[in-house]
Amino acid sequence: MTVLTPPDAPQPTYVIKARKAGFVVDTASVAGRALRGISREPAAIIPALFIPLFFFIVNVGALQDFSEQGIPGFDYKAFQLPVAIIFAVTGVSRASTLVTDIQGGYFDRLVLTPVRRLSLLLGLMVSDFALVCALCIPVLILGSVVGVRFETGFLGILVFIVMAGLWGLVFTGFPYAIALKTGNPQAVASSFIIFFPFAFLTTSMLPREALTGWLDTVAGYNPVTYVLAGLRSLETEGWVWATLGQALAAIAIVGVFSMSLCFAALRGRIRRG
Amino acid sequence: MSCTPLVSAAAGSGRAGSNRHRLPIASIGMIPAPGSSAAIQATGLVRRFGEFTAVDGVDLDVRAGEIYGFLGPNGAGKSTAVRVLCTLLAPNGGSATVAGFDVETEPEEVRFRIGVALQDAALDPQQTGMELLRLQGRLYGLNKADVAARLDELSTLVDIGDALNRRIGTYSGGMKRRLDLAAALVHNPEVLFLDEPTTGLDPVSRIKVWEEVRRLNDELGMTIFLTTQYLEEADELADRVGIIAAGKIVAEGTPEALKRSIGDDVIVVRIEGDASLAKSAVASVEGVTSSDMHGDELTVGAADGAAIVSPVAVALSASGVKVKELTLRTPTLDDVFLEITGNRIGVADADSEDEIQ
Repeated sequence: MTVLTPPDAPQPTYVIKARKAGFVVDTASVAGRALRGISREPAAIIPALFIPLFFFIVNVGALQDFSEQGIPGFDYKAFQLPVAIIFAVTGVSRASTLVTDIQGGYFDRLVLTPVRRLSLLLGLMVSDFALVCALCIPVLILGSVVGVRFETGFLGILVFIVMAGLWGLVFTGFPYAIALKTGNPQAVASSFIIFFPFAFLTTSMLPREALTGWLDTVAGYNPVTYVLAGLRSLETEGWVWATLGQALAAIAIVGVFSMSLCFAALRGRIRRG
Repeated sequence: MSCTPLVSAAAGSGRAGSNRHRLPIASIGMIPAPGSSAAIQATGLVRRFGEFTAVDGVDLDVRAGEIYGFLGPNGAGKSTAVRVLCTLLAPNGGSATVAGFDVETEPEEVRFRIGVALQDAALDPQQTGMELLRLQGRLYGLNKADVAARLDELSTLVDIGDALNRRIGTYSGGMKRRLDLAAALVHNPEVLFLDEPTTGLDPVSRIKVWEEVRRLNDELGMTIFLTTQYLEEADELADRVGIIAAGKIVAEGTPEALKRSIGDDVIVVRIEGDASLAKSAVASVEGVTSSDMHGDELTVGAADGAAIVSPVAVALSASGVKVKELTLRTPTLDDVFLEITGNRIGVADADSEDEIQ
């Protein structure tokens, strides 16, 4: 290494020098900042908490009797709980904060450090995962209050939360890709539109058997259909590995696509500066 | 100690209309080389944004332990050059090394060795000052003890007391700037880039930053690359100054050498009337070394300004030109910039010079 200190310059009294922090430290450092940011902006997560509770109450109130009369033995509350969870976790991300960082120069501050580029996004995603898992809890409490039970017990509830969290996590790839590609807060806000086809062109209102025509066809291609089926199976059917496997596969497929997009956008952002 | 010729890119040929030989846009003076190796070297550095060339063939040779001032008006290319040298932007042409490592092929090695305070203190208003410094330290691989030690050392610079535990959103502009500088220093870098570090600061905060810059250089031998649009700042701090305009370095040298290149004194006359008449009237006055007209401002260079103030005033009066204002002062870096580019840097921050009005 080139020694740059002039020979006649006084030597520093300390020997602290920069070194590689390690992948875990990098990721945890970025995640720690993001989590602290979430705790300091509680208003930002109120909609993510309110919307699923609202839809759960309204949908159950409006359609429970109708659905359960039409399908004997059908538990509409258990059917709707995963929908509320999907509403809670889909699209929750720190993408808008990332845009603020990009516009305000904080992203450059991070990029100027030797932090691993992967950790810049993974750190945010770790905090997103923690948040969406936390968002599941009040919805599950509401479900429990209205009588929804899990065939798979407490372990099933944990798997339910993790699976919902994973879905939320892979979906964050879309707003992050848009944030990194555009650096534009309006574009990130508009990315919420992606949520609608995923959330509504599926079995969010009625079971698959009740869907017909084009909606049934589209629902067959919608990964959320399989995620919902997996979540519902934990409530009402027990450990149905094939259904859970399909749910995880659907999450993985969306994850490969969304993560490819956002990490490509990250590379592009860093390359063009 | 050996002497190093000041090297600079040659660009432009000076302004038309001047009656004296233009400065070659290059070396002005000789200074002792502060160190034996180059901390920053650039050769033909180019950075474009679409059709616009922000940095246009910049050559740099900044020695270890030197404070190098990069002076120019807004939009001259200073910040872009810094962003290239800091690895934030890839160059479109040329090459550069910082701390001995190529900015394009070894950017990570460069990042370990540089500290950067960019033009706008990019801070998260939701973080506390302490959290920012700790995060910065962790990303540079410092352990808790290292970070604590550095925070202790930097607390003098930050000098915001208990506010370090308050959210940054509550800080004043000066506090933010000082915190930004402290964050750039957490990992004890070899080369420090300061992009307009005092822009927007009050005079007291500005002087505090200057003192810290000097201390870092004097006590630690830290190489400092400082961009500024403040002439006084470049004059006060820099061992050498590179003047950049339209993406090119148009002059380089010690502040004193650059100013001497204009002449020992400058008479600035604001006139009303025919500019060409005014210019030709003073050109014939004995002792005048240069005369240039910019708008209604006539700049007259002289070895002994005091001796020719009266003859210049008389000559102008005789030519029928009305003198609105006449000032005698020693040259500033702004005069150097004006001499070379035909424009003033445009920041009202004149050096404190003797003035006769």
